Amino acid sequence: MSMRFVDEYRSGDVAKRLAAQIEELVEPGRKYKVMEVCGGHTHSIYQHGVEDLLPPEIELVHGPGCPVCVIPMGRQDDAIAIAERPEVIFTTFGDMMRVPASNGSLLDAKSRGADVRMVYSPLDALKIARDNPARQVVFFAIGFETTTPSTAVTLLRARAEGIRNFSLFANHVTIIPAIRAILDSPDLRLDGFIGPGHVATVIGTRPFRFIARDWGRPVVVSGFEPLDVLQGVHMVLTQLRDGRSEVENQYSRVVRDEGNPAAMKAIGQTMELRTTFEWRGLGFISQSALKLREEFADWDAEVIYEVPGVRVADPKACQCGEVLKGVIKPWECKVFGTACTPEHPIGTCMVSSEGACAAYFNYGRHAGRRRRKEAPAPA
Amino acid sequence: MSERPARTEEEVLDAIELRRRRPVRKLLDDRITLSHGAGGKATHTLVEALFLAELRNPLLETLGDSAVFEVGAGGPRLAFSTDSYVVHPLFFPGGDIGELAVNGTVNDLAMSGARPLHLSAGFIIEEGFPIPDLQRVVASMGAAARAANVAIVTGDTKVVERGKADGLYVNTAGVGVIERDLDLSPAAVRAGDRVLVSGTLGDHGTAVMIARGDLELEVDLESDTASLAGLTADLLDAAGDGVRCLRDPTRGGLATVLAELALETELCIIIDETALPITPSVHGACEILGLYPLYIANEGKLAAIVAPEAADSALAALRSHPLGQDAAIVAEVIDDPDAPGLVLLETAIGGSRVVDMLAGDPLPRIC
Repeated sequence: MSMRFVDEYRSGDVAKRLAAQIEELVEPGRKYKVMEVCGGHTHSIYQHGVEDLLPPEIELVHGPGCPVCVIPMGRQDDAIAIAERPEVIFTTFGDMMRVPASNGSLLDAKSRGADVRMVYSPLDALKIARDNPARQVVFFAIGFETTTPSTAVTLLRARAEGIRNFSLFANHVTIIPAIRAILDSPDLRLDGFIGPGHVATVIGTRPFRFIARDWGRPVVVSGFEPLDVLQGVHMVLTQLRDGRSEVENQYSRVVRDEGNPAAMKAIGQTMELRTTFEWRGLGFISQSALKLREEFADWDAEVIYEVPGVRVADPKACQCGEVLKGVIKPWECKVFGTACTPEHPIGTCMVSSEGACAAYFNYGRHAGRRRRKEAPAPA
Repeated sequence: MSERPARTEEEVLDAIELRRRRPVRKLLDDRITLSHGAGGKATHTLVEALFLAELRNPLLETLGDSAVFEVGAGGPRLAFSTDSYVVHPLFFPGGDIGELAVNGTVNDLAMSGARPLHLSAGFIIEEGFPIPDLQRVVASMGAAARAANVAIVTGDTKVVERGKADGLYVNTAGVGVIERDLDLSPAAVRAGDRVLVSGTLGDHGTAVMIARGDLELEVDLESDTASLAGLTADLLDAAGDGVRCLRDPTRGGLATVLAELALETELCIIIDETALPITPSVHGACEILGLYPLYIANEGKLAAIVAPEAADSALAALRSHPLGQDAAIVAEVIDDPDAPGLVLLETAIGGSRVVDMLAGDPLPRIC
């Protein structure tokens, strides 16, 4: 990895040129709402202050693609129930440790004595299993198609190596049903989409075609550097100006239209669709998540451990659902910044670095104020 | 059905800022979690709502790296500081826990403008710990003390049962004497001041995280652990009264140090992202791990808040010292009525964002 590669996509001069080109595409009097589906984009937009470069007519709407955000309270309770078993070493991505459940977070469970460890990949969890043959190691598998292949590969490796003290608590979700749910939602009028670049590296660009075909909305699958996002916005606006709605690939340096067949094969070998799965704030969405195939039952934490499996209603005050659908802005939630803060989050969107609330609170909360102040008064 | 928001965006933002700037009085948690040790907001809350509340006194109240006090009226001014070291692994590229323990306390003293004199060392050792490793740690403490021109003059040893400590923990405390007629403190910071850092950011924290070996990343990185006593003396010689305040950005990194300063001074600090000295290795590793060098610990770097007219001479003094060759002016203090007590970062692409204290991510033990 070289620094130049990264810096090329963060050039101030190129950003200014792109911003000027975007401004030229704005039709007088027209407002644009463009949704970035993926939490990785949301994070990048706030981290680099991308909105500062966009004309006020363009609003970026944050979408549902934040893996931590969509895990419902009941599943988090199940995770903690597994983690609190004395024989278990519970492994998880760092973000999940702070997600509030009915009785505190995994970090709280850890402080009460549960053996909870942060890992960067499921293969790290498998290594912990190898190193601790007397313990049961469970990996909290979450994420969209981006992280699913590494879970699948880990599972295949565990079986090949005959590692029996390792299992997965599978919570993998798929992005397309969530996008459908948003398009079906009557509350929102969107002009186009910045498509999720990382998911598309796995599933390709074709699964997004229905958005362009059936809903007449442009989709530009984009990378995660600030210039990628700016170029994605530029391509969406160009389609709108030309009256086109297509799936375009801004992230062609990484994304192939057919995706990654090997990754898809590993997923298909190990996992299958659940009939339905609950998403935080969005409710049950049919065929929107994956579970382990029956032949992997020996590595399936849901089969091995009795979990409460109870559906727990989201806290009443929490409006993560509306935030995830892009219906409200983070600051419009009633508890934003008062009862719900990054130190004491109520909702998942305030926990994950990819959550719209956390990104706005931590990075974005001041830039908007400045923009509003500097904006010319309406004539 | 979504009802109309009850508050405007400006009202929401004002409420957040007001709350952020109010002193912390209440600890909401009922158990210690790793967040309380991460150096961010949770640590801040614990220190203010528990330690400061129970132990309050004028010297502690400043919550500086050292307490500074006069011995008798007109007597010498001393600086007094302590720090504990729980780094894992104990040995890492560029240093070990012993060297860290000496340099850390020496640097805390130096940041108050003191010449470090004497240190104490306390060892909490786990049953079964290899004596050759202890020997290695203590020898490196000796070498670090000689290099920093201090002596370890008192100490303590405790052994705990196997499983009750992670090999070895070290505590050091130190005293130094302030021989210069200056008062380095956030109260001296003014709008227009510049923020200098003495070199590349995030080297120590990144090196230790990689050395833990659970990331399977192979990056050529070394901890920057070093005594800052000499560098600080050179800086104060060159820029004198122009130096308002010094900090060593250890746990929580430069971001946390500046966020604390902004809060204390009620001023706004604007960081120029393109001016931040960061090595390609740290930059790359942090990109992969989703971390920001601004928040990563340094163990041999200082941040100096300097009057604008002294900024160039301060920069020159830092750069002419072997430990300060990559020094840079990275931020400016301004008086922005819209952003009092806030740190903002101007990004490379020309946007801006807030730089706050971390809300308490459970980062691994790195110091």
